[in-house]
Amino acid sequence: MSAALKTDTADAPIIQVRDLVKEFNVTRGRGGPPAILRAVNHISFDIRSGTTLGLVGESGSGKSTTGRLLVGLIPATSGEISLFGETITGADGEAALAKVRSKLQFVFQDPHGSLNPRMRVGDCIAEPIDIAGGWSRKDRADRVSELLETVGLPRAVAERFPHEFSGGQRQRIGIARALALRPDFVVCDEPVSALDVSMQAQIINLLLDLQERLGLSYLFIAHDLAVVRSIATDVAVMYAGALVEQAPKTVLYSAPKHPYTQALLDAVPRPDPDRVRSAALGGEVPSILNPLPGCAFAARCPHVMAVCRQDRPAPRPTGEGHVVACHLY
Amino acid sequence: MAEATILASGEAIAARRRFRVLRKLLHHRSFMAGFIIVAVMVIAALCAPLTGVDPNQMRVRLRFRPPSEVNWFGTDQFGRDLFTRTLYGAQLSLWIGLAVAVLSGVVGAAIGVLSAQFRRLDSLLMRIMDALMAAPAILLAIGLGAALGPQTHSVIIALAVAYIPRTARIVRASALVTRELEFIEAARVSGASSMRIMFKHLLPNASGPLLVQSTFVFAFAILAEAALSFIGIGPPPPAPSWGNIIAEGRQFAVQSWWIMLFPGFAISLAALGMNLLGDGLRDVLDPRLKVES
Amino acid sequence: MAVPLLEVDDLTVRFRTDAGWMTAVDRVSLAVGEGEALGIVGESGSGKSVTALSILRLHAAATTRMPTGKIHYGGKDLLTLPTREMRQIRGGEIAMIFQDPMSSLNPVLTIADQIGESLRLHQGVDQATARKRAIELLDLVRIPDAARRVDEYPHRLSGGMRQRVMIAIAIACRPKLLIADEPTTALDVTIQAQILDLLRDLQRELGMSVILITHDMGVIAEFARRVMVMYAGRVVETAPVGQMFRRPVHPYTEGLLTAIPKLDVDVRRLPTIAGSIPDPTAVIPGCRYSPRCPQVQESCRRDSPALLPAGPEREARCPPRVAAMAKETVA
Ligand SMILES: Nc1ncnc2c1ncn2[C@@H]1O[C@H](COP(=O)(O)OP(=O)(O)OP(=O)(O)O)[C@@H](O)[C@H]1O
Ligand SMILES: Nc1ncnc2c1ncn2[C@@H]1O[C@H](COP(=O)(O)OP(=O)(O)O)[C@@H](O)[C@H]1O
Ligand code: SF4
Ligand code: SF4
Ligand SMILES: [Mg+2]
Ligand SMILES: [Mg+2]
Repeated sequence: MSAALKTDTADAPIIQVRDLVKEFNVTRGRGGPPAILRAVNHISFDIRSGTTLGLVGESGSGKSTTGRLLVGLIPATSGEISLFGETITGADGEAALAKVRSKLQFVFQDPHGSLNPRMRVGDCIAEPIDIAGGWSRKDRADRVSELLETVGLPRAVAERFPHEFSGGQRQRIGIARALALRPDFVVCDEPVSALDVSMQAQIINLLLDLQERLGLSYLFIAHDLAVVRSIATDVAVMYAGALVEQAPKTVLYSAPKHPYTQALLDAVPRPDPDRVRSAALGGEVPSILNPLPGCAFAARCPHVMAVCRQDRPAPRPTGEGHVVACHLY
Repeated sequence: MAEATILASGEAIAARRRFRVLRKLLHHRSFMAGFIIVAVMVIAALCAPLTGVDPNQMRVRLRFRPPSEVNWFGTDQFGRDLFTRTLYGAQLSLWIGLAVAVLSGVVGAAIGVLSAQFRRLDSLLMRIMDALMAAPAILLAIGLGAALGPQTHSVIIALAVAYIPRTARIVRASALVTRELEFIEAARVSGASSMRIMFKHLLPNASGPLLVQSTFVFAFAILAEAALSFIGIGPPPPAPSWGNIIAEGRQFAVQSWWIMLFPGFAISLAALGMNLLGDGLRDVLDPRLKVES
Repeated sequence: MAVPLLEVDDLTVRFRTDAGWMTAVDRVSLAVGEGEALGIVGESGSGKSVTALSILRLHAAATTRMPTGKIHYGGKDLLTLPTREMRQIRGGEIAMIFQDPMSSLNPVLTIADQIGESLRLHQGVDQATARKRAIELLDLVRIPDAARRVDEYPHRLSGGMRQRVMIAIAIACRPKLLIADEPTTALDVTIQAQILDLLRDLQRELGMSVILITHDMGVIAEFARRVMVMYAGRVVETAPVGQMFRRPVHPYTEGLLTAIPKLDVDVRRLPTIAGSIPDPTAVIPGCRYSPRCPQVQESCRRDSPALLPAGPEREARCPPRVAAMAKETVA
């Protein structure tokens, strides 16, 4: 599958993820028996420099877990993550992570929980600088002003506290903080999901501008397929911990192959009163606590076959940079 | 979504929000009542030397004088001026209250935040706290006070230890909630150390509940000091603590009621003031606990 | 729409806040015909929920100044109805479902208990009948294996299933009007589609009127027949749904429609609405949208615009645009 992604492009990917697995130990109910929950199940993908991989899926599909694995917030159970040539998984992972840490950043979903209410905006933004250390007072202050300007906020807000700002403005502050040490790769975990429609477009455009100006690469996580279309270069669709389909944006939206992707695209209500949506897909997302063998989508899939309930379909390249995990292909 | 929209304030009213806490406190009746009581007591304590009388000077001829123009609160069995003694007693009692509040606050906060940050330490620390909390705070303080001997600093230590577990629990609970917020993850993405997370993030966000708790500890310490002195393990006599004055006056309670009355009143007033202050702080700093008024 | 089922006239709701009195809903009027699906759309804080809650008088009285205006329903004014009669209407003739199905369900009661409660309260049926009806209702909202599920507790159900239970409770007494406040906002998109399908089918089968509140223009387009757009506590536009999407009159509606990320086409950069939603306590003279409006004129900042007729069954709170449209139709 990596071969498939590579043939598509000449430049080498800066992020390579192979067979990544993350399991959590959980207890069922209070004091119940321990169980293992596989939140991320053998996923592989690449991100090329200066591009955006959109990661879509419904809640609990493992998107945030993937994002947190990528910046070393949580350790992987197995598999490999290499960032800028450093492998942050495995025995020497810690040391490798320390080397690339300043190139990685994260933008969070919740505009209210992602800023410390007891810190002034300027200190929130300068936090990565303070942690890295070695900046003079003046350089730090200059950088904060510069960052505020970059995200379209007046310099004076550095002295204020986060609760004085709206959701959209706080999201800008969160973005400024992420940019403090000039990262190369930013994981954006649903950065516009909590925002009002009129704010969403502003933030998406800001992220696009920053990418152009600073050459950033993004992993952009969202549950909203339309939002992903407006920002991503490539799109990966996640279902119950696995990637079921990956493709360049134009390919995925015009010719989705996986039955889940098709259902997902069809289910999105369009702002077009003349459109008649086909009947909704039945069933619910299966529990990942005790997965059945075979394809995770089998219980809801309109094209399910006998083989689907026995063998888990492996991701297979189908041309045009398209990778699909389904027995139909 | 109401909260979201309240936060959608933008810049127009930001300035007004700035001093919101202060303004709310100024308009909070019980806070202001408590604040005034405590402020008056602090001023009175500081003004004690202005009476120009030595609180420990005995004048046998002036024993058991009831309140009069000369001796406002009367005199005790040694002829000492009770007004002066009560004022000096305010110094001692408020000092003990403050010291206990600060000591238990600092140690309790440290334990609470460490337990929240290091999950492995947590079960050990909390086990110890639970053991300490198994006995009522006052019994624990009596036991410790007796063991440490009748000294002002041993009273402070005994009372602080008695209240550390409760403070630790409160800080820990707050820190456990804060720990799950995204700004902690944001700090960790940038490689923040545990120290930084504890001191820059967990602790400041626990400061509200900690402050509220400390005012209650303050009130408790004033009451408990009296109780310890009463049974003879408080600051050593003739130190004019409120507890000592009451303890010394108890044999004469019937004939010379004034000996116990005024310090007793002072104790109640101080405890009431701190409690009102704490209630007000809690309402304003921790609106979740507030019952809709 | 001969005689509307529900008619709200000049509803105003004010709240006391730290920063003084704020008007959450400002002279809102609306009408719902029998069997009609009215959509209310707007961004957060625009007053959608307050409008809905006021219809059922579900407000903490202490913080609210008594809402003013009239709410005509079945020849009565719901705002002045005695509490006892109001309780009969609530959950009986007018039912409501909310965004968060978990906090609306009682965690210590089984599904059967919760559906049965409403039936016993409004129709006085006995326990056994209530249980039987509960199972029928779960079937109706397409919960598989209803006979078993009826004895479960809410926490065992997924978000989508809980919302189905909420709908079952809401329709238990065959309400004439169902008010759904963001019923699918907390749900995944495939589950949202299921719930919307369900609501539409139920509406047809039971002949209910529905007021659907949402911030999602897609949901409006799919579900509503008539739409009312709210901004900062005021109605800015009402129109039949097709007309509004084809030709929005109010600049805010237009801005919202163009700012929505598009699923079916690639757009380089999304058009945006400048600025942000005004603070609810802020005093904005004239048109409340004027600080953000790209078509603002001198007069807009001065005079508070009225809701003007803008064609058959259409109204918009923007005199310049309405005038421009009128000129066009004449020409
Ligand atoms: N009990 C209350 N006390 C004070 N203000 C309130 C109260 N309830 C609502 N408000 C305010 O009234 C305004 C309108 O709120 P409402 O809940 O109707 O918005 P909405 O359009 O439903 O938004 P959302 O999309 O966020 O649900 C907001 O500014 C809100 O903060
Ligand atoms: N720290 C954790 N402990 C246990 N389970 C977790 C933890 N983090 C995530 N999970 C579980 O992993 C699954 C995927 O979660 P997540 O990646 O957050 O999903 P998404 O972001 O796609 O909504 C969920 O079932 C979630 O409950
Ligand atoms: S593998 Fe089978 S069940 Fe799974 S999506 Fe493909 S056709 Fe459907
Ligand atoms: S009245 Fe004026 S400011 Fe308001 S929406 Fe119309 S054009 Fe814009
Ligand atoms: Mg997530
Ligand atoms: Mg609402």
